[in-house]
Amino acid sequence: MKIHEYQAKEIFVHYGIPVNSGYLCHNMEDVIKTYEKMDRPLVVVKAQVLSGGRGKAGGVKLAKDEIELRKHTSNILGMNIKDYIVDRVLVAQAEDIAAEYYVSYVVDRSTKSTLLMLSKAGGVDIEEVARDTPEKIHKIPISPFVGVPDYLAREAAFLLFDDMAQVKQTAAILQKLYKLFVETDASLAEINPLILTPEGKVIAIDAKMTFDDNALYRHPKIAALFEPTEEEKKEQFAKGKGFSYVNLGGEIGCMVNGAGLAMATMDMIKLYGGNPANFLDIGGSSNPNKVIEAMKLLLSDKNVKVVLINIFGGITRCDDVANGLLEAFRLINTHIPIVIRLTGTNEKEGRALLSGTKFHVAETMGEATKKAVELIPAP
Amino acid sequence: MSILIHKDTRLIVQGITGRDGGFHASKMQAYGTNIVGGTSPGKAGQEVFGIPVFNTVKDAVKETDANASIIFVPAAFAKDAMMEAADAGVKLIVCISEGIPTLDVVEAYRFIKDKGAQLIGPNCPGLISPEECLVGIMPAQIFKKGGTGVISRSGTLTYEVVYNLTAKGMGQSTAVGVGGDPVVGLYYQELLQMFQDDPETDSIALIGEIGGDAEERAAAFIKEHISKPIAVFIAGQQAPPGKQMGHAGAIISSGSGTAAEKIAAFESVGVPVAKEPSEIPDLLKKRS
Repeated sequence: MKIHEYQAKEIFVHYGIPVNSGYLCHNMEDVIKTYEKMDRPLVVVKAQVLSGGRGKAGGVKLAKDEIELRKHTSNILGMNIKDYIVDRVLVAQAEDIAAEYYVSYVVDRSTKSTLLMLSKAGGVDIEEVARDTPEKIHKIPISPFVGVPDYLAREAAFLLFDDMAQVKQTAAILQKLYKLFVETDASLAEINPLILTPEGKVIAIDAKMTFDDNALYRHPKIAALFEPTEEEKKEQFAKGKGFSYVNLGGEIGCMVNGAGLAMATMDMIKLYGGNPANFLDIGGSSNPNKVIEAMKLLLSDKNVKVVLINIFGGITRCDDVANGLLEAFRLINTHIPIVIRLTGTNEKEGRALLSGTKFHVAETMGEATKKAVELIPAP
Repeated sequence: MSILIHKDTRLIVQGITGRDGGFHASKMQAYGTNIVGGTSPGKAGQEVFGIPVFNTVKDAVKETDANASIIFVPAAFAKDAMMEAADAGVKLIVCISEGIPTLDVVEAYRFIKDKGAQLIGPNCPGLISPEECLVGIMPAQIFKKGGTGVISRSGTLTYEVVYNLTAKGMGQSTAVGVGGDPVVGLYYQELLQMFQDDPETDSIALIGEIGGDAEERAAAFIKEHISKPIAVFIAGQQAPPGKQMGHAGAIISSGSGTAAEKIAAFESVGVPVAKEPSEIPDLLKKRS
């Protein structure tokens, strides 16, 4: 789960990490009132959306006076950044920058640990740095039982700074950021850039955090910050029914048991010349109610012209799955053609139960997919 | 020999008095797995399908000399269960539970490693050495003893591939579901090496998916260390970036972890990648 920069900065402040002072504003009036409170005339106005690339999209601008601030604010509010509409901005004091750095903690799959990443190449797209000049990024795996002791924080800070006063400030930031990372079950806590001011102060002027969805149950305050898009609302709703659902925009709706098989099914649809409407993993059982709920979800997408049901009968045998499907479809009214592919334990019995019904029954994934693509009505 | 689990595996089931734990304990026992005990705090002295229940893993190990454990406890208690097993001296820990916070797994993994034990999962279907031992929730009847080692990040997709292998007369030495979370225990490299060293394994099927760069690392590892024939399938070519596809680990982030990159990595080291899961048996036959 992602949160906004201003929310991440609030968490930073709570943990004692220095940030540049700023205020969240929802409209021009707020922005102008905020500006009057600022110590110095140079400010930065930043779009608050749950997407990266805000700067590139023109969502972050410096303003030296009220006229510029008005101009930028009116451009940024309402702006579309990667399909997110900007409905609030952060107005913050613009700091003088002597140097920019990159600092983050992230969960690393290959070392199976939290990784501290640091770079002197801050303020730019870190993925580009990683791709073009990976040697500029330092990576330090953190033991979950030791964390970031003083010596390690110091060692890391010395990778960025030589001046002892700056090293001390940075080491403290690194320790606080780790504490925050662990205590909030984050999957990413990133400062890009961490800046050095001409006066020698080290501060975070941006903050990015994402959290582990699996851990939100123990962080209700963070979970409450979730701002789902329309699409995510649908995904969320599906999750509540025990499904994983992602809309993909095509015409063949699919219903599959298991995430890997569901992904393989949508790949096959593409391979055979169709377009998958969705990813849908309905999980293990063939409970008729589950099938009914899944069909409702699929058919709520008006692009769906054909439904492909691909079930591997493992512990739940194919004949039971077939009976579950027959029972469910007695209660579902649809004219959309349905292809069912059952495989696994008792598959012959399962297919026999379905033969002679309105369903198109297939034996292999290839056959089922081909059939589904053929059944797409001509426009 | 198969890898990791055999006829002599002595298994305990953590969470045996729960619905899933009990159900799968009975399935595993029916398959011939030697389940020597189960645990459920406060329920010592009870029996589930004739299997004695203990309060702690330590008690269970002391009484039964168990050497493997399978975990069915709810996600919130899984870290503790994994650590309990490792601390009791269990050497192979298989965690089926799904939805465990990643930092819990990071901690448990490190703990298990420091104890010299091995972890499979979490969020996995377990593993099976056909006709010897099942430690997991896989539908055992689709497996057949033979020479193909199977490594997979997925559940039902593994069954799909195994079903195709069995139908073509290609049995399996051991099939391991490593789990769909971003951080899990044993992964491609360790398991590839075990299959390479296992005289009973003559070929390997690897089933990967989007997210992370483990497949790319596996491809590099195969080039250096694996001489047995391998065929691969990668799921998720149609997955959009930034969306989690069911498994917590199946997500393309910042443009990396795509199926295309993974397929290219295997093809660049001469490992054939199946377009459909059903092509795997023929790809393996061609190479052996």
